[in-house]
Amino acid sequence: MSNKAIKSKAQIRAEKLLPGNQDFTSITNDIAGVPEQKKTPIQWWLLFGFALSLLAIFAGSVGFLIWEGTGIWGINNPIFWGWAIINFVWWVGIGHAGTLISAILHLFRQNWRNAINRFAETMTLFAVICALVFPGIHVGRIWVAYWFLPLPNQMGMWPNMRSPLIWDFFAVFTYFTVSLLFWYTGLIPDLATLRDRAKGFKKKVYGFFALGWRGGNRQWQHYELAYLVLAGISTPLVLSVHSVVSSDFATSVIPGWHTTIFPPYFVAGAIYSGFGMVMTLSIIARKVYNLGHIITVEHLDKMAQIMLLTGCMVGYAYSMEFFVAWYSGNPYESFAFVNRALGPYWWGYWAMIFCNVVVPQFFWFEKYRRHIPFLFITSILVNIGMWFERFVIVVITLHRDFMPGAWAMYNPTIWDVSIYLGTFGLFFTGFLLFLRFLPMVSIAEAKLVLPESNPHHGHDHE
Amino acid sequence: MSKYGVLARFDSPQSLVHAAEKVRDEGFVNFDCHSPFPIHGMDDAMGLKRSKLGYLIGAMGLTGALFGFGLQTWIHSIEYPMNISGKPFFAYPAYAIITFELMVLFSAFGAVFGMMYFNRIPRFHHPVFYSEKFSDVSSDAFYVSIEVDDPKYDENEVISFLENLGGTEIEVLKDEN
Repeated sequence: MSNKAIKSKAQIRAEKLLPGNQDFTSITNDIAGVPEQKKTPIQWWLLFGFALSLLAIFAGSVGFLIWEGTGIWGINNPIFWGWAIINFVWWVGIGHAGTLISAILHLFRQNWRNAINRFAETMTLFAVICALVFPGIHVGRIWVAYWFLPLPNQMGMWPNMRSPLIWDFFAVFTYFTVSLLFWYTGLIPDLATLRDRAKGFKKKVYGFFALGWRGGNRQWQHYELAYLVLAGISTPLVLSVHSVVSSDFATSVIPGWHTTIFPPYFVAGAIYSGFGMVMTLSIIARKVYNLGHIITVEHLDKMAQIMLLTGCMVGYAYSMEFFVAWYSGNPYESFAFVNRALGPYWWGYWAMIFCNVVVPQFFWFEKYRRHIPFLFITSILVNIGMWFERFVIVVITLHRDFMPGAWAMYNPTIWDVSIYLGTFGLFFTGFLLFLRFLPMVSIAEAKLVLPESNPHHGHDHE
Repeated sequence: MSKYGVLARFDSPQSLVHAAEKVRDEGFVNFDCHSPFPIHGMDDAMGLKRSKLGYLIGAMGLTGALFGFGLQTWIHSIEYPMNISGKPFFAYPAYAIITFELMVLFSAFGAVFGMMYFNRIPRFHHPVFYSEKFSDVSSDAFYVSIEVDDPKYDENEVISFLENLGGTEIEVLKDEN
């Protein structure tokens, strides 16, 4: 009684996500073909050379920072937290989209994530590494950074576990470790695919990391449960990480920081900026590697929809902050917010509003969600906007607090800029190496989008 | 040289599930179904019990939470009681975050290393790798393997049984190459 002219829902969905005539073999060949390329594309070398130059700037600047101390930065009294904290929050935030895509969308059975999750998880890993650099180097005496850890020592000294800064350290380190485990677990079947297709030395390396995966259902059974549990525990973890980051601010008494809206507002902003970065990277990668049939316009459209949602959430948070500042009747709180919009750093505030609130409104229209050059530009604007959000929170709040006698202006130095730019070198060097040697889309999971992967496909169940 | 078992290839997830059901109903126990991706419903088709990994992860999570809470309590109440802006030494609400983070961290280790333990990996040599064609299983092939250890194993019968199920490229695997 099957009418071949009528397509099932699964088929229609699969045709949008994997257009053209694709089967298990072609998916393997297309995705595994990228790390197997004999000749590395010239675009890759150009980008890699650029990333390495930035990495050299990073190494030099951090070296000088360690040698000379944090005095080389533009921080002063009262702005003790400058670009280092802005960049830390910015990079951690970017990482959040990776976990959201791989964990939360997995729990919601959003199959379309299968084409972008590997990509996004890798972005998370390198973004969190870049983020961890900043708390590491901003302590000044880097050689005692291990004091963060609760290690028994001859001084009988322990970290203050009641401090949000230590919570933050635990949260971000746990986040990094769990993201790494999640990423690697997802890679095991794909490494087995690369092992089975490679020869010689490469086969040994891929084989070592594939751990002897045989694809038997007795293995898949435990594997799937482990993956599901990792998704389940990563979901509250990712929500906790940026909430804890926000508590670095929210537990203080500074007007503009001491608000309860911070945790959800930070999480929404983090997801917003992370999707911006996934969008930027996937538009470049699908172009360079001709993977437009696997990372499709449909995927970009869905990401733009999430950016619209989270963009509206941060927009709501911005307005609610103003409302509460007025409604609280607290003159210091009101001043802090008026100073954000109309004070000497008004341009930072309005750059943030433009990029984070105005720009995503275009995504109400399908035309813009599917216009790739437009998406590329907006995805970059989103991350500029999110950087300004942290600038607004850190610098504008600190530069004018309770007493006008303590006010000051903040000017970054060349070293602030060079370390920030340098982290892009760290990020892109890692990411490009990943693109070169590992499958950027999950081979096993991409196949699950095909209706043929369902054992009930083509059967009539009475 | 001893034998490992028989390998038969099937052409789709549907036929693999179908074959698994038949192999299970025939009374085989030591067999496995290999596929490039996890197949929905295969656990039932093979008659596998639910994975016990969940209990291990739960135990690890509980250990992590207790460790996290205990560590903080011990540090601030016993080992190094320090008055910081008048906060109580046993400030248990403030311990929630690190307790939670360590619970997640330990559970994640439990999930990944527990999965490796239950799957007996890393294991770099296995008789199925001696088959030339078997390597397709990580791309587009579907295989059933029935092992010599199975109490019902009889080589000729197993081969004809798998042939009747629609298996192709049937191979008898040796334990060593």
